[in-house]
Amino acid sequence: MDDFSTKATPPTTPRKSWTFSDDVNSDIRRAAATGIYDIRGGGAKRRVPHFDDLLFLGASISRYPLEGYREKCDTRVTLGTRFAKKPIELDIPITIAGMSFGALSGPAKEALGRGATAAGTSTTTGDGGMTEEERGHSKKLVYQYLPSRYGMNPDDLRRCDAIEIVVGQGAKPGGGGMLLGQKISDRVAEMRNLPKGIDQRSACRHPDWTGPDDLEIKILELREITNWEKPIYIKIGGARPYFDTTLAIKAGADVIVLDGMQGGTAATQDVFIENVGQPTLACIRPAVQALQDMGMHRQVQLVISGGIRTGADVAKALALGADAVSIGTAALIALGDNDPRWEAEYNSLGTTAGAYDDWQEGRDPAGITTQDPELMARLDPIAAGRRLRNYLNVMTLEAQTIARACGKNHLHNLEPEDLCALTIEAAAMAGVPLAGTDWVPGAKGF
Amino acid sequence: MNLQIIDMAHVSLRELNTTLQKPGDASEATNWEVINSKGSHAIAVGLDAPIDVTIKGSTGYYCAGMNKQATIRVKGSAGPGVAENMMSGTVIIDGDASQYAGATGHGGLLVIKGNASSRCGISMKGIDIVVHGNIGHMSAFMAQSGNLVVLGDAGDALGDSLYEARLFVRGKVKSLGADCVEKEMRPEHIAILKDLLARSGADAKPEEFKRYGSARQLYNFHIDNASNY
Repeated sequence: MDDFSTKATPPTTPRKSWTFSDDVNSDIRRAAATGIYDIRGGGAKRRVPHFDDLLFLGASISRYPLEGYREKCDTRVTLGTRFAKKPIELDIPITIAGMSFGALSGPAKEALGRGATAAGTSTTTGDGGMTEEERGHSKKLVYQYLPSRYGMNPDDLRRCDAIEIVVGQGAKPGGGGMLLGQKISDRVAEMRNLPKGIDQRSACRHPDWTGPDDLEIKILELREITNWEKPIYIKIGGARPYFDTTLAIKAGADVIVLDGMQGGTAATQDVFIENVGQPTLACIRPAVQALQDMGMHRQVQLVISGGIRTGADVAKALALGADAVSIGTAALIALGDNDPRWEAEYNSLGTTAGAYDDWQEGRDPAGITTQDPELMARLDPIAAGRRLRNYLNVMTLEAQTIARACGKNHLHNLEPEDLCALTIEAAAMAGVPLAGTDWVPGAKGF
Repeated sequence: MNLQIIDMAHVSLRELNTTLQKPGDASEATNWEVINSKGSHAIAVGLDAPIDVTIKGSTGYYCAGMNKQATIRVKGSAGPGVAENMMSGTVIIDGDASQYAGATGHGGLLVIKGNASSRCGISMKGIDIVVHGNIGHMSAFMAQSGNLVVLGDAGDALGDSLYEARLFVRGKVKSLGADCVEKEMRPEHIAILKDLLARSGADAKPEEFKRYGSARQLYNFHIDNASNY
């Protein structure tokens, strides 16, 4: 008979807390050392229900597929058909999201324009105004109308192809922006009419309107200035998508751009990015429902952004009712952001390729989120534009592959019925059945 | 002078703005009078020619928005956002102006003969604004550059989070916003003020004003200033 009392106590495996993980503990130590919150770029990094949690059913006896290499699957989309005299016609339903000159280098903006134009789609300005690089290289350019109004002027308003009134963005619904002084070069300072080297705040509210009734009048003014030619987009963060979409329609939007919490920002507090707003997947169905309830689905176009990475994501967003998607972070990665070729330099900045997010510091080894002339020169805008074009082409081919498998001759013919969900959460958010069941959790309302 | 009258009782807003926005040449009218404005929004927006427009009556939101070159006079009061984002030219309001007058203006001169409501000159970026009466709270919030001249009093939080705009007030200031301080009135400021008072038809002497500007303590975020935000 064993005598346990005479033996050494068996060791237990050291166990780290799930609540106090290494990440959390490092955040606490950083806060204790600095006394200030962490600021970074990018979108939410936490795991949230996403397009990965949806699957297409594909064709079967009751659904005929289209032949992959023979039968046409259209990808074109027209944005701004409600009121604008000159809607935007795109070859593919994947647009480039607004990113500012200032946050990004001039060559990076040029590369975005080149890549988007070669793929037959649009790119978008950001806070800080319109640069010649992006206007010159973007066949279709959307001009953002932001609270800061940095660089805003009627001439650029008239030479853009659409106007995007930014109410919010997914990374920080309810938040403004901050371009730190180290990224304020002479050119950035001049465009924003502020001294070089100081932190430049972008307000969280527009200076001359509050609420949907004012917004309706603001839209009237912009249309009057631009002869009612330009489609007016309204960009909202994923806060209250049903009500915000309803109010944007009421205010007179031609297009609604809805950005979920995985959508990126140039610089915001990490606590904001990770804890405010809803996942992209959770935003689409309420927005589509609002469009349908107002009788405006497909008349007011819906553009979805925030974590779009593949043609499958594109197809899923469209199947849920979007007219197009927009990419930002993925476009930067296609240009060369976070590329392992710069691993040694990422290490010297205390990070690693794939995790680099201190875009606000302006020391980007890839030369994209910087105004440092030496770093900027690393990005060849022609080669980077080609990479973006290739990536956009691949996403389009992927989306077409899925659409054909579902028997659809246009990406817009994809529908929720083509989808099922792998998790109860995703099924509830997307409004599609849990795989293997006919159960749509929460189908009675939001 | 070749004066043309546009009657908004018979002409739509679209027709009005299309007419005023047309590129002018020597043979066309350079003087316009708009009647029956009835407080309409977005009157005379996006003009870009050295023409004179007189609006007989009060206007709604965003009158003279994004003006370039034109001289626009409102013979009445103006609604919110008058002359917002103006680039150049002159806008004169004979009566009072509502909120956000001259918001984000990049250039030109905005004259308000009466009072201006809250947030006058918010985020101004080079415009000159002269208010003959008083201004409301939070005026010149985040004002970047240009001059705001007030012959009367200013409300709460004047110049909050100010950048490089110059503020001149003849009357009382209820309170100053974060990082806004009174500054020395130097000869160059007297000269600026003298010119603006003359151009805006204001009966006041530069020496009667106090100057306010940014203390520049909040230009770069520092944790020790957190309580100021």
